[in-house]
Amino acid sequence: MARFTGKKAKETPALNMGSMSDIIFMLLFFFMVITTMRESSLYVKIIPPQGTEVTKLEKKSLVSYINVGVPLQDQQKKYGTEPRIQLNDQISEVSDIIAFVEQEREQRNEVDRPFLTTAIKADKQVRMGMVTDIKQELRKAGALRIFYNATKGMRK
Amino acid sequence: MARKTPGLNTSSMSDISFLLLAFFLMVSNINSDMGIARKLPPPLPENVDPPEVKERNIFVVMVNKDDRLLFNTEYGRIEDLKDRAKEFLGNPRNQAHMPEKEMRQIDLLGNVEVSKGVISLRNDRGTSYDMYLQVQNELTAAISEMRNELSTARFGKQYADLNDQQRKAVEQAVPMAISEAEPTKIGGN
Repeated sequence: MARFTGKKAKETPALNMGSMSDIIFMLLFFFMVITTMRESSLYVKIIPPQGTEVTKLEKKSLVSYINVGVPLQDQQKKYGTEPRIQLNDQISEVSDIIAFVEQEREQRNEVDRPFLTTAIKADKQVRMGMVTDIKQELRKAGALRIFYNATKGMRK
Repeated sequence: MARKTPGLNTSSMSDISFLLLAFFLMVSNINSDMGIARKLPPPLPENVDPPEVKERNIFVVMVNKDDRLLFNTEYGRIEDLKDRAKEFLGNPRNQAHMPEKEMRQIDLLGNVEVSKGVISLRNDRGTSYDMYLQVQNELTAAISEMRNELSTARFGKQYADLNDQQRKAVEQAVPMAISEAEPTKIGGN
């Protein structure tokens, strides 16, 4: 039966890759929808505390972040090992917060400005003295809506 | 007669989209921000004394630098805080040392007794943020449980399932009565 054992029958047909790109695109769009852009890389290490009553932060575009924590290992030569504040892309002092809030306000629509929220992302080891200082500055700046970042945990 | 167009070679298309996918995976993060929302009081105007509040209407929660708790005058544990706060704000047996209540007309709810109680939270500069958040968490739990109780009693629904108007009414009936002390140094630093 040379007809069936011929050279042609041995060749495997090429896979149809036409829909492969469609699938990958679908994945791509999925990830684009469920994720948010990372605005700035963190220079401080933050392990947020856990809470059971946490809620979701609404309206991400109206949120400015204040990160508080110990500088990362490779930054410690420059910034020391004590907890520091990171605003946007740089390590800052408490006194910079008012200017930071002003600047964040400038970037928003006038209509949205009263709804601006400041999220305090602090490491759980940070002492309250620092957080209190931040809160006092925020009060002075008139940024009264705040948000303590925490992860969802179980009741102990 | 139209000539037959040769099929486009699309095999690299998937490579391109993979590249895009990898790029987006790198620059984005999934973690949605969770946490506890609060409102800060506006800064105190100078030479204006803060309003007097009767002693029975205040429940003081102090946290010292070793993360130990003090409820009014006695040591307390974080596990008890929620129940203590609920008992204080609710004052179910109308005790004399517990906060007063005030009749108030609220839309959708009618006349409701609103507690005048305020939980005063004071923390030391040395308190850890973790402990502070635990305390805030317990107080939030107390208030949200009370709101849930009220909304199930009156609307037959959980607080989270209410519509905006009902929610506002419940919020007025059970206010978020947490006051944070102006920072001072307490308990040996």
